[in-house]
Amino acid sequence: MVRPPQPFNPVLVVLAAAAALFFILPLVGLVARAPWASALGILTDPQVQLALRLSLICSLASTALAAVLGVPLAWVLARLRFPGKNLLRGLTTLPMVLPPVVAGVALLLAFGRRGLVGAPIAGATGLALPFTTPGVIVAESFVAMPFLVITVEAGLRSMDVRFEEAARTLGARRWTVFRRITLPLIGPSLAAGAVLAWSRALGEFGATITFAGNFPGTTQTAPLAVYIDLESGRLPSAVVLSLLLVIVSLAVLVALRGRYLGD
Amino acid sequence: MAALLGPNGAGKTTALRALAGLLPLEAGRVVLDGRVLEDTARRIRVPVERRPVGMVFQDYLLFPHLSALENVAFGLRARGVRRGPARRTAHAWLERLGLPEVADAGPRTLSGGQQQRVALARALATDPRLLLLDEPLAALDVSIRAEVRRDLRRHLREFSGVNLLVTHDPLEAIALADRLIVIERGRIVQAGTPADVTARPRSPYVADLVGVNLLRGRAAGDGIQLGGGGHLEAVGAGTGEVFAVIPPRSVSLWRSRPDGSPRNVWRGRAAGLDLLGDRVRVRVDAGPQPTLVVEVTAAAVAELHLAEGSEVWVSVKATEVSVYPA
Repeated sequence: MVRPPQPFNPVLVVLAAAAALFFILPLVGLVARAPWASALGILTDPQVQLALRLSLICSLASTALAAVLGVPLAWVLARLRFPGKNLLRGLTTLPMVLPPVVAGVALLLAFGRRGLVGAPIAGATGLALPFTTPGVIVAESFVAMPFLVITVEAGLRSMDVRFEEAARTLGARRWTVFRRITLPLIGPSLAAGAVLAWSRALGEFGATITFAGNFPGTTQTAPLAVYIDLESGRLPSAVVLSLLLVIVSLAVLVALRGRYLGD
Repeated sequence: MAALLGPNGAGKTTALRALAGLLPLEAGRVVLDGRVLEDTARRIRVPVERRPVGMVFQDYLLFPHLSALENVAFGLRARGVRRGPARRTAHAWLERLGLPEVADAGPRTLSGGQQQRVALARALATDPRLLLLDEPLAALDVSIRAEVRRDLRRHLREFSGVNLLVTHDPLEAIALADRLIVIERGRIVQAGTPADVTARPRSPYVADLVGVNLLRGRAAGDGIQLGGGGHLEAVGAGTGEVFAVIPPRSVSLWRSRPDGSPRNVWRGRAAGLDLLGDRVRVRVDAGPQPTLVVEVTAAAVAELHLAEGSEVWVSVKATEVSVYPA
């Protein structure tokens, strides 16, 4: 469809230009101040490598956890009818809008060494999540899983459930239907949800530092390393790591463009 | 092969879904080949996946992420048949339905007729005892329906189990089925061979499909006191509640009161004229007497100067009325 030209509104255009600059300038700042000559050296620094590897492992692990738990949750929200469903949906998507540091405090109170669930577990097994790598994964999952849940739930809702009925008339049991019909049909939603969750996990800072702390090698992920570098005057290192995260985020955006950016 | 025929919203698809087990019965029984699949009184309910029932859905519902062959093999795989044998059997089914060349094609690349045959192969591959077809031709282009109907008829003849077809298209029902079950508002109003059903309609819906005037009343001797008011002379009407069928071609139209033998002569007004090829169907409202549809030639319309609103006389010979008990 050919759209008629819009009347020109200078006020809106000027404000829009300001908004665009607001987004572009910080990126320009990063690129302008990047120590290109020493970038490679910084990225191969053992401390930086540790943070990057930890970030990669934890974000992938939390995405996997989010998929294993989040897909069933999305299915329950999309397909079952029960009282309190909307409340449940609200609670599970709350982390999307919750200040991450609050999420971290809440996780401590539940799963901390003296937490609601954490204390009995620690008492019985001597194991505790805070200040461990699994703690990072839990913190990242907590903030990232909702992205996967709402994306997959939307996918399940838009899917034609009669395909599942057809599969059942062909003799497929529930689990076969889910595995061979439902999952493949929501594949695109699942992929999009997983990518969103992964990028959110990769950038997670507040909940991680609050719940899991900031120990190089065990809980210090790349965003934490950026913050610490900045605080301790290692600006070049902070900038290089930041740029790396920007590039990853851009890649995610490109991967999802068909889905969320219209064309 | 039976066909469930009825207007939209009569409950045809609901009945199919209930037989397949996709919709639980509120009350009643489903028995197939002596095996109870569902009995609300005894709290028996065999789940969908364990019923020996195959279903061809109206829009086929071929799994879009699987090839035609994988679609056909799906039921066998779900029943634990190993991949190799399942694919071989599926291939044999595609060949039987004349589609070996589409085995690796995705459902979206197939034509409507091909999709229908793949859906039929998919349903038959699990060797059901009951095959349910929900409006199997409705999703197809009108231009290919006759051909697909002929193929479908041939393939269904080879199937040894029970066939139940759902349709709102009487042509489809009569072409494919040897038994018609007419349902309206969730109830069976008539059942029998297509010839029986069309010869003796028992509801306005069926009368409409066949294109005849259906009247109902109480007979006594050679006359019927009609339920809607009016009186009809019919030879040998019998006694009790009866249906009377008047074929539109057996009604004569006149501009003035006719003389002679016809016993039923009413005065009325032409309320609507529909052209049907070289014939014209005229609806005549006749006051206390029932409204009749009359079929005359276009030449007769011209000769009588018929137009909507024209005053006319209709006559029906008492011998042209067929009467049967209600």
